[in-house]
Amino acid sequence: MAKELIKGNVAMAEAAIRAGLEAYFGYPITPQTEVLEHLAKRMPELGRAFVQAESEVAAINMVYGAACTGVRVMTSSSSPGVSLMQEGLSYIAGTEVPAVMINVMRGGPGLGNIAPAQSDYHQAVRGGGHGDYHPIVLAPASVQEAIDLTVLSFDLAEKYRNLVFVLADGSVGQMMEPAELPEMRPVVRQDYDWAIRGRGENSRPKRILTSIYINPLDEEIANLRMLNTWYQIKQNEIRFKEYYLDDAEYLVVGFGTAGRVALSAVRKFRANGVKVGLLRPITVSPFPDEILSLLAGRMKGILVVEMSQGQMLDDVLIAVGRQSPVHFYGRPGGVVPFPEDVEREINRMIVSDSKLVTDPRKAWLDRALAKI
Amino acid sequence: MVTLVKPENMVFSRPQAFTETSTHYCPGCTHGTAHRLIAETLMEMNIVDRTIGVAPVGCSVFAYNYFDTDFVEAAHGRAPAMATGIKRVLPDRCVFTYQGDGDLASIGMAEIMHAAGRGENITVIFLNNAIYGMTGGQMAPTTLPGQRTTSSPNGRDVELSGFPLRMSEMIAKMDGASYVVRRSLHDPANIRKAKKAIRTAFETQMRGLGFSMVELLSTCPTNWGINPVDSCQWVEDHMIPVYPLGDYKISLSVGDLRL
Ligand SMILES: Cc1ncc(C[n+]2csc(CCOP(=O)(O)OP(=O)(O)O)c2C)c(N)n1
Ligand code: SF4
Repeated sequence: MAKELIKGNVAMAEAAIRAGLEAYFGYPITPQTEVLEHLAKRMPELGRAFVQAESEVAAINMVYGAACTGVRVMTSSSSPGVSLMQEGLSYIAGTEVPAVMINVMRGGPGLGNIAPAQSDYHQAVRGGGHGDYHPIVLAPASVQEAIDLTVLSFDLAEKYRNLVFVLADGSVGQMMEPAELPEMRPVVRQDYDWAIRGRGENSRPKRILTSIYINPLDEEIANLRMLNTWYQIKQNEIRFKEYYLDDAEYLVVGFGTAGRVALSAVRKFRANGVKVGLLRPITVSPFPDEILSLLAGRMKGILVVEMSQGQMLDDVLIAVGRQSPVHFYGRPGGVVPFPEDVEREINRMIVSDSKLVTDPRKAWLDRALAKI
Repeated sequence: MVTLVKPENMVFSRPQAFTETSTHYCPGCTHGTAHRLIAETLMEMNIVDRTIGVAPVGCSVFAYNYFDTDFVEAAHGRAPAMATGIKRVLPDRCVFTYQGDGDLASIGMAEIMHAAGRGENITVIFLNNAIYGMTGGQMAPTTLPGQRTTSSPNGRDVELSGFPLRMSEMIAKMDGASYVVRRSLHDPANIRKAKKAIRTAFETQMRGLGFSMVELLSTCPTNWGINPVDSCQWVEDHMIPVYPLGDYKISLSVGDLRL
């Protein structure tokens, strides 16, 4: 298929359709609404289910119902709406049924604003709802990647019976870029041995899908099973993009739009022969901690760039430990950094003595406060 | 099952749409009666194999263990949303929710109203026992004025906690609702009427005629602190005056059904 100029939100919606999406339930919220609008038109055209729910609470519980039947189902929202979905997401996780959610993040907390942000990182990768569970979280940095990761999200959700989030930010959702959509895949209803579809003509034994294990010992076993699945996911599914890492002496780490902006800055340094590389996690959960830990040993400094107060920073610090100094540069509240901002921060890292930074977030905060 | 009664003398037995599991309901609780009416109806309509139940959060949380049909378990109040998700992808199945009054009329108010508003082709069996049973007898939106509960220890004070909500009356006002009636489970004559209503509700769904709900006035002897027999009398004396029995909405097409 040829490339076409397409908006991120529309691209993710159409990619989901082509991946065999059978049901969508959602609620309008900027900067995600084009996903809902595109599906409002396309799903009924194709004879597939679309409901604009009365709230995100209802939408995610509709997703939960459809997920129990074993069809490809998803919802999409943006930060405040995703907060409202946490109840349903926890139930879906606890029932071990596959489902996909797209979060086109915006500035927060509270009503915040509608500009691009990455401040729902912790909510996404740490689970967000109650109980122990681990969603797979995929972070696109371009429209093409948003398409590819949306398709992948359904395969992963089904393979592991796990929640998958596509964690985009407002700029990935809103920007238009040339990208290639996949071929239309036929809708296939897999014959899962857990799916709830009625006992059927042959009166197979009844099935129950629930997140209750009233006996704590049973719930403990369910928890261990889920954690075991998570370790399989960690083993098989970690994805990242690396740039100029072979001989790098300095490392920049950023995901999504922040990673993409950082890449422009890194390229500038490379053009001048400075050995800076970039690691851009695609799966922010499971986090590429092993590669990061390996790289850290030979870096003179590591700079984390995020559109938040520093959330992925925590995961980087866990992976790096005391192997090399970690620095932080953040633009929270819906502000997208410019490549020049990141260049300045890379310079700061290079000229700083290579002593460990005790609290990179506080060091950044002090600099940021001094400017306002 | 060991049976001591000769088949020709058997007049009453467990409906096949039930599993062998004993229920966890308190003695004298009408949840069991409601379950039985649903099970009998599914058998009479020959739709046990096509039925998917949605259990609520409340005393009937384990309803899924008792019916011999596929079942899912919803979050508190969200059963109508979950049922919507299932029904939209499996429109030829029979999908029903079973919900208490805390579940449906308090935390799940938005989900039930919008399911009805959309004319969602599902059946809702709504057990109104005027109290939160499972959590130990707190005030529900349906608790009667003056009724003592653990969270209205001096009796529900309408100045403080407002008035009982009449769900059937509210839902009946919506264009999307096709069949909405209130029945009671406090004596055999009313139980027979309830059974008929449940049948009509499931027929409404299976013929694609839209949203159906049967509200069933029920007892909670344990948390009311009244013995089972007196509880039935309490329904008649105190609940029915606030929650009159009757047909609140019968759409033209449902009215045309000859069952
Ligand atoms: C989100 C949430 N809030 C509160 C509860 C606790 N809870 C469990 S059952 C229940 C009330 C159920 O009452 P009702 O729906 O009237 O059913 P009954 O037990 O009387 O049959 C509550 C408040 C919960 N499980 N989930
Ligand atoms: S607590 Fe009340 S509603 Fe619950 S099973 Fe006992 S009698 Fe029935």
